[in-house]
Amino acid sequence: MKILVYALILLLMIAHQDFWWWDTEKPLIGGVVPIGLAYHAVVSVAAAILWGLAAKHCWPSGLDDDDESTAANDRATQ
Amino acid sequence: MTQFIIICVYLSLLLMLGVVSSRLFKGTAADYFLASRGIGSFLLLMSLFGTTMTAFALVGSTGESFREGIGVYGMMASWSGIIHSACFFLVGIKLWSFGKRFGYTTQIQFFRDRFESDKLGVVLFPILVGLIIPYLLIGVMAAGVTIERTTGGAFPSLFAAHGVGPAAIPEGAIPFWLGSAGICLVVLIYVFFGGVRGTAWANAFQTIVFIILGMVTFSVISSKLGGAQAATEMVLKDNPHVMRRTVREDDPLTRYHGDQKVFENRMTAWEAKPEAEKGPQPKPPRKPHGISFLHFLSYMFIPLSVGMFPHLFQHWLTAKSAKSFKLSVIAHPLLIMIVWVPCVLLGAWATSAVINGKPVIPYGFSNPNAVLVKMVATMTSDGLGGLLTAGILAAIMSSLDSQFLCIGSMFTNDIVAHYAGKDRLTDRQKVLCGRVFVVLIVAATYGLAQLRPGSVFTLGVWCFSGFASLFPLVFAAVYWRRATRAGAYACVLTAAGVWWWLFAKSGYGSQGQFLFGGMMPVATIVGASTTALVLVSLMTKMPSAETVERFFPRRK
Repeated sequence: MKILVYALILLLMIAHQDFWWWDTEKPLIGGVVPIGLAYHAVVSVAAAILWGLAAKHCWPSGLDDDDESTAANDRATQ
Repeated sequence: MTQFIIICVYLSLLLMLGVVSSRLFKGTAADYFLASRGIGSFLLLMSLFGTTMTAFALVGSTGESFREGIGVYGMMASWSGIIHSACFFLVGIKLWSFGKRFGYTTQIQFFRDRFESDKLGVVLFPILVGLIIPYLLIGVMAAGVTIERTTGGAFPSLFAAHGVGPAAIPEGAIPFWLGSAGICLVVLIYVFFGGVRGTAWANAFQTIVFIILGMVTFSVISSKLGGAQAATEMVLKDNPHVMRRTVREDDPLTRYHGDQKVFENRMTAWEAKPEAEKGPQPKPPRKPHGISFLHFLSYMFIPLSVGMFPHLFQHWLTAKSAKSFKLSVIAHPLLIMIVWVPCVLLGAWATSAVINGKPVIPYGFSNPNAVLVKMVATMTSDGLGGLLTAGILAAIMSSLDSQFLCIGSMFTNDIVAHYAGKDRLTDRQKVLCGRVFVVLIVAATYGLAQLRPGSVFTLGVWCFSGFASLFPLVFAAVYWRRATRAGAYACVLTAAGVWWWLFAKSGYGSQGQFLFGGMMPVATIVGASTTALVLVSLMTKMPSAETVERFFPRRK
């Protein structure tokens, strides 16, 4: 799953280079938003979804232990 | 006067927030610099978003769209959505973990330990501070200019009109020196008393303010233009190129022809003047051009700067737990979209919007960053104008506060406490030292801003490029155990050298849009600094086993 999520994020970065909408403003979404802008708004939504999946399936290990630990060597509280 | 009152009410609310947050201050250095590592998910999201989105998110996005078209969203916003979240997830969480485990307050403390080099801090410190200072100046100057341009008529008996043409300041406007002083003072008060907690609270409030006001402005302007569809139709008829990323042979380019006509008239008038009165020659309008594939792609490197911003590092360390990052990682791209899409559409509409036969943005209007303010002033009430001004100031201050505090923290922890020696400074002395440095930095920034160095705005993108160029350093420090001290020096020095070389090639920032090999210069600098880091690390001795075990512990 971890590999799939990172592969999808990589795919999103490739799909960001949308040369297929480069030279057109149509279709206009809702008669207002040109496709080149609407597509990238969808890219933003897709980024949120994919990073959400990453937070669920690719969470770095060992961090939750840190939540409970105390900073034994906390310079700021010396 | 209405605008002035709204600004005053807004600044008073911020001061009240500063006073309330200061009541929670525990008096320790950890609380002043890191809010006792107790910031939860929502406040962290608002702090990070407010800090990364400057006034550029409102006025710059509209201005760039007016100039370049809707392609700027893909270049600047959707790349940021992907890359900022990547930085939070891949770098921020790891650094938070190291910060909590080993008690770091600043980036330099981490780099000194990870690369086993005290001197690395000496090399990094001036670079990081040097890159932040222009960024601070931009904020203070933008705040002063915004107040000066929006408070015309407030005090006609006190302040006279001055200047000519588009740069003219109306009678009664709060002068630049006073407006920028007011903003510096408000930020100073809540940072001084509230520390990073005050900053986080203020950021949350200001972020909500500028998101809501951006949407309100969009809805009012679109209704004044006869609805969103009508506004888009005007653009498709007169300037369809701003709705895509290419300019075609048969495009009408109405806006450009209008600007050209105004320029020709200005040239005729300029040529007719006697030599002594001529002044600078009028600048011709820029003929619209498309956005190239490479230029668009290379923008992906700019948001990497977020991984190396010292003020973002400080906000990361304030998180209560690793889980507090989840909301920021997910919601950040959505918030960028909510703020940017309306502004980009407004900028595109501004190219062609006509009311009662007159263009809303007059032909010959040469300052894209003033397009949003001009639209609001022309098409809405004083009340909305005042609220939008408050929104712009909110976006400016939500970055300024973190930067002031972070530099204070760096001077205190990386210089004074570090060289005074371990345990030499008490907690109270550290807080006092941090506060004194914050006051000195605010005063110095205010003083420098009064010189109004014109080139500072063009330096903005170079500052971002500088921070982005150091991203390989933090990424390798966190993920590559083979990254060595010599590799770190090679990375920093190569980034600095190539950055300076390209900066000089661009005429020290005088060329507004300087491309190298058809790409943003940052792509070349990141490539060079990564190569230097990898090659030199592979050629030099591994870090000690103790350091490797410390930062890359083997799983038991």
